[in-house]
Amino acid sequence: MANVTNKYPGESRWKGWWYLLPALLVYLLFTFLPILETIRSSFYQWDGFSQNKTWIGIANYVELFSDPKFHNALGNNLIFVIFYSIIPIMIGLFLASLLSRRPIPGFAFFRTALFLPQVISMVVVGVIWRWMFNPTFGPINTFLRQIGLDVFAISWLGDFTWALPAVGGIGTWVQYGFCMVLFLAGMQHIQDEYYEAASLDGANAFRQFIHITVPGLRSEIAVALVTTIIAALRVFDLVYTTTRGGPGESTMVTGFLIYRAAFTNNRIGYAAAIATVLTLIILIISLFIRRFQQQGIEESA
Amino acid sequence: MKYPWKKLLPRYLILVVFMLVVLVPIWGMFTSAFKTSTEVMEGPFSLPSDWSLENFEQAWRVGRFNVFFKNSVIVATAVVISSVFLSTLSGYAFGALPLPGKNWLYPLMLIGYMVPFEAVIIPLYNLMDTIGITDTLWALILPQVGLSVSFGTMWMSSFFENTPRELTDAATIDGCSRWQTLWYILWPIAKPAVTTLVVLIFMWTWNEFLLALVLVQNEALRTLPVGLAFFQGKYTANIPLMAAGAIIVALPTILIYILFQRFFIRGMLGGAVKG
Repeated sequence: MANVTNKYPGESRWKGWWYLLPALLVYLLFTFLPILETIRSSFYQWDGFSQNKTWIGIANYVELFSDPKFHNALGNNLIFVIFYSIIPIMIGLFLASLLSRRPIPGFAFFRTALFLPQVISMVVVGVIWRWMFNPTFGPINTFLRQIGLDVFAISWLGDFTWALPAVGGIGTWVQYGFCMVLFLAGMQHIQDEYYEAASLDGANAFRQFIHITVPGLRSEIAVALVTTIIAALRVFDLVYTTTRGGPGESTMVTGFLIYRAAFTNNRIGYAAAIATVLTLIILIISLFIRRFQQQGIEESA
Repeated sequence: MKYPWKKLLPRYLILVVFMLVVLVPIWGMFTSAFKTSTEVMEGPFSLPSDWSLENFEQAWRVGRFNVFFKNSVIVATAVVISSVFLSTLSGYAFGALPLPGKNWLYPLMLIGYMVPFEAVIIPLYNLMDTIGITDTLWALILPQVGLSVSFGTMWMSSFFENTPRELTDAATIDGCSRWQTLWYILWPIAKPAVTTLVVLIFMWTWNEFLLALVLVQNEALRTLPVGLAFFQGKYTANIPLMAAGAIIVALPTILIYILFQRFFIRGMLGGAVKG
């Protein structure tokens, strides 16, 4: 932050506090203290309504790290990272590099459409895709039957093997337009001279992509990574509306595990421990990517 | 430099394909909302024989979407107005005013923007219970103001930091107080930043699901996304009715998105995470 003090002569140096205070109070009461309270609860055993709240130290965490259901849920979140983050970023980079730097007439129209899934409620997205995946009259299976692939016309969201990639695919559908628009916006800032020089040196399109486009988009890639990885780690709405973690535990994710532990199984302390671990993972990943982004800015400066 | 037509055509084709992948499911759902149950079985992309609004009427009255809609409007309006007002003040404090403790206050506020809602939902539920506002809309409004001011403060403070200091200096010399400088000098030029903040917070609040699912149990207080989720559990097989409900939920954010597209995209590309 800049070294300017922002203080005018004769002005109280606490002036800013009066302006900050209302927002700070609401934030502390309804966000920050609840975070601390979650951490505190994670060291207790509590059913959520009775008077006896027992301190049990790190027992919740010990249980958590040997709980196969937690391992499974976290593993599913990692698979979601592939669908929410890796694939959309690859598609985005691929499309952005094909479309390249010059303005395309009418691009604004495509951008509007590609961005659309970002603004729609995830519950609506869930409703749309449950219909798409409907085994009897959903468009996907209707299409598969029409081209004679009846064997593949399965119950996508009810299948132990296919439910996870099916829900993950919905995540890809939501995120790729966002990544693409982000990268295309970033490419406008890469100077043409780099590409011209590279062409003169005989670098082919692929090498230009690796050595100019990707480094030039470093900051945008970092934003895309933070946004989509966090979305993959905290996914809840979509799983709630499409599969509720089923069949069995095959699409169970950490967010839903917290919800179930707290509000179905009444294990507040255990749910709080899962929430604390999830929050830590998200904080570490966002700080790590932010650092990577800043390093890029310093190197290129 | 512009593309010659020969090079432009394959690029358009690629764009069209990826755009269709996005639009076809949405279009299919949209047309389903006007169909009858038998028409839905006939083919996913056949057009309805007549564009009747009967399904919407049924969702609106029988599905109680009128109630959910009203709740969503109340919650979103209250959250947007109070968060934007509070964030303007606190952003001003960070960006332009003397603020001892700024160096630790900033990361403190930043945390709220990065944590998942799962991290706060359990204590919030107990807190609402303790202060006796579970099963009122306050239980949805207050926490979302708390979560929104975290992002709002950062957004507005970066705006105030980037306004030329000469502007505030000149205003002060002319005898403006800090309060007057904020509302008469800075607020008018803050319009683009504020508009972005308004549309983002509106969208997040309108679409918020977990808090609304947990913090109110009374059916009459549900917001649209929660109403739709329960509706889906009840009418799984009735695609036209569900499609109509889904459109009622999605239409307001889509309309605002189309009207304020520039602001939406700017905000989201600036690293604002979908909540």
